[in-house]
Amino acid sequence: MRELLAGVPGRGLALIAALLAGLLAAPFFANDYLITVLILILYFAYAGQAWNIMMGFAGQLSLGHALYVGLGAYTTAALYVHFGVAPWIGLLAALPIAMTAGAIIGFLAFRFGVAGVYFAILTIAFAEFARIGFDHLSYVGGSGGFFLPVAQYAENDLWNLRGKPVMFYYLMLALTVAAFLVCHALLRSRIGYYWLAIREDEEAARALGIDTFRYKMLAVVISAGMTSLAGVFFAFYYNNLFPEQVFHISRSIELILAPIIGGIGTLFGPILGAFLLTGLSEGVTESLHALGFEIPGAKQVFYGICLLVVVMALPDGIWPWLARRLGLERRS
Amino acid sequence: MPLDIYLNVAVSGLLTGLVYGLMALGLSVIFGVVRVVNFAHGEMMTIAMYLAILAFATLGLDPLVMMVPIAGVLFALGYVMQAGMINPFINRPEHAQFILLVAVAIIMVNVLLLIFGPDARNVQTGYSFDSFAFGRIIVDATKVYAGAAAIVVAAALFAFFRFSFVGKAIRACADNYTGALVVGLDVKRLYALTFGLGAACVGAAGSMLVLIIDVTPALGPAYTLLAFVIVITGGLGSMGGALLGGVLIGVTEAMAGLLFTPSAKSMFAFAILVLVLLFRPQGLMGKRAS
Repeated sequence: MRELLAGVPGRGLALIAALLAGLLAAPFFANDYLITVLILILYFAYAGQAWNIMMGFAGQLSLGHALYVGLGAYTTAALYVHFGVAPWIGLLAALPIAMTAGAIIGFLAFRFGVAGVYFAILTIAFAEFARIGFDHLSYVGGSGGFFLPVAQYAENDLWNLRGKPVMFYYLMLALTVAAFLVCHALLRSRIGYYWLAIREDEEAARALGIDTFRYKMLAVVISAGMTSLAGVFFAFYYNNLFPEQVFHISRSIELILAPIIGGIGTLFGPILGAFLLTGLSEGVTESLHALGFEIPGAKQVFYGICLLVVVMALPDGIWPWLARRLGLERRS
Repeated sequence: MPLDIYLNVAVSGLLTGLVYGLMALGLSVIFGVVRVVNFAHGEMMTIAMYLAILAFATLGLDPLVMMVPIAGVLFALGYVMQAGMINPFINRPEHAQFILLVAVAIIMVNVLLLIFGPDARNVQTGYSFDSFAFGRIIVDATKVYAGAAAIVVAAALFAFFRFSFVGKAIRACADNYTGALVVGLDVKRLYALTFGLGAACVGAAGSMLVLIIDVTPALGPAYTLLAFVIVITGGLGSMGGALLGGVLIGVTEAMAGLLFTPSAKSMFAFAILVLVLLFRPQGLMGKRAS
């Protein structure tokens, strides 16, 4: 515990504690709508943290993370629907599958010297390949979609992940907190320092004797595994999967907006970004709705403009700027 | 006569591929000089396509005639984008440029959606259902015109970069940024010109493409991806490579649509991309990066 808290200013701890307490208590006073929005926020915060390990820590830009979400979602959903396997057991298959997919992409890219923009486009290519492949995979419904049985649940069944939104809310909250702790621990470990060295200057890192291939692979595999967990949640929360939606490039982009807006490579950036972006998007929808102004596309235009403004005004993301303002910079 | 069918499909894929190639040429020119990957490329093409449809629907102007003014409009758009937005991002990391252009792409798609609605549109010209017969090969007139126009525009661009002073200056910027600054070139302005030229290629390609396919606002991202696939297959920054890649992908997609199922055709394009990235990462005609 002391190890975990070292170097974090008191005000930062107070802030985290207050936020966590607020989120834990939220279901007692929030209505159903707010819970749905909070679930969405936590989902993006979690997936953003998973992506941040690869891009923010190790400097490998992936634009195809929807692939790992989709693999996790489809694997557990197929096992559940076809064989009645509980998602937590299904995870034992989904995690290795997603991690293997990540390892294959990483191996091919890093062995053949595919880097930068080329690497990003390779990740898109694999996700798109999977999207079209799943479109034609009739075992999981093909392009017609794959559906999990839905019923009115009187009780929450955490083992089979069947139940009310509040159960999913606490599950997602637990995942987000766990991801935060994992990222924190990784960043302060030897691996984390190696990653930062690779991100800043790969040649120099190699010259210092770091096995860059191995540590980049590790980043991809950890990130893929964590992201697939988000996919499991996605499948059992939404109960329907369409390749066109799950694997689509716009899903991959959606996942990475939060960490980029919040601050790449920071611990708190993905979480802050998820709150701001989802809050903004829902807020715009609601206010346009209240104004009786419902034209398809209006919301996204506004969203795009906000994104543009943030990226032009705050190149490092919002969190580093906010942290300076709040005097929360790490003492080292 | 199954051979006839294959030949017909291959020729039609080749002609469509030339238009794809012209679109990708725009991306390649921009990346080759400015070193920014234009993630709003397909979206810019849908803008051009809607301009062509608008001109045809209101004034009855043929898309092939409108090609020149539309390329001009897109040139202006590209110039302004580069001068006003992207130039300050030149020295920022790749992901920052990426997110900037993604934001632009999101805005473009949804402004089109606001204006034109989600329905697919196309143009019906007097020659929409004509076809030419070359021996036993029968091809759509629209594809022949579009393919020929793509070659003309691409040739003009080659000539511009090869012979004109500005074209040479732009190539100098691409070869050696510092050197170009030292000899007194206004690099920022040349970058804006380049982005404009790339956008003009997309504008011309979009005007041709409305003859061949229907357009919806959501078409943009798919064509952005297609342009990436083509350019990387041909070699990023290589102009001939972009055209070659376009033809290769065009024929592959057409043949895959015939032999398997049309909905799976882009899978083959991505498969080619993966193979090229792994075994010839600089692309078919690209030079090896140092």
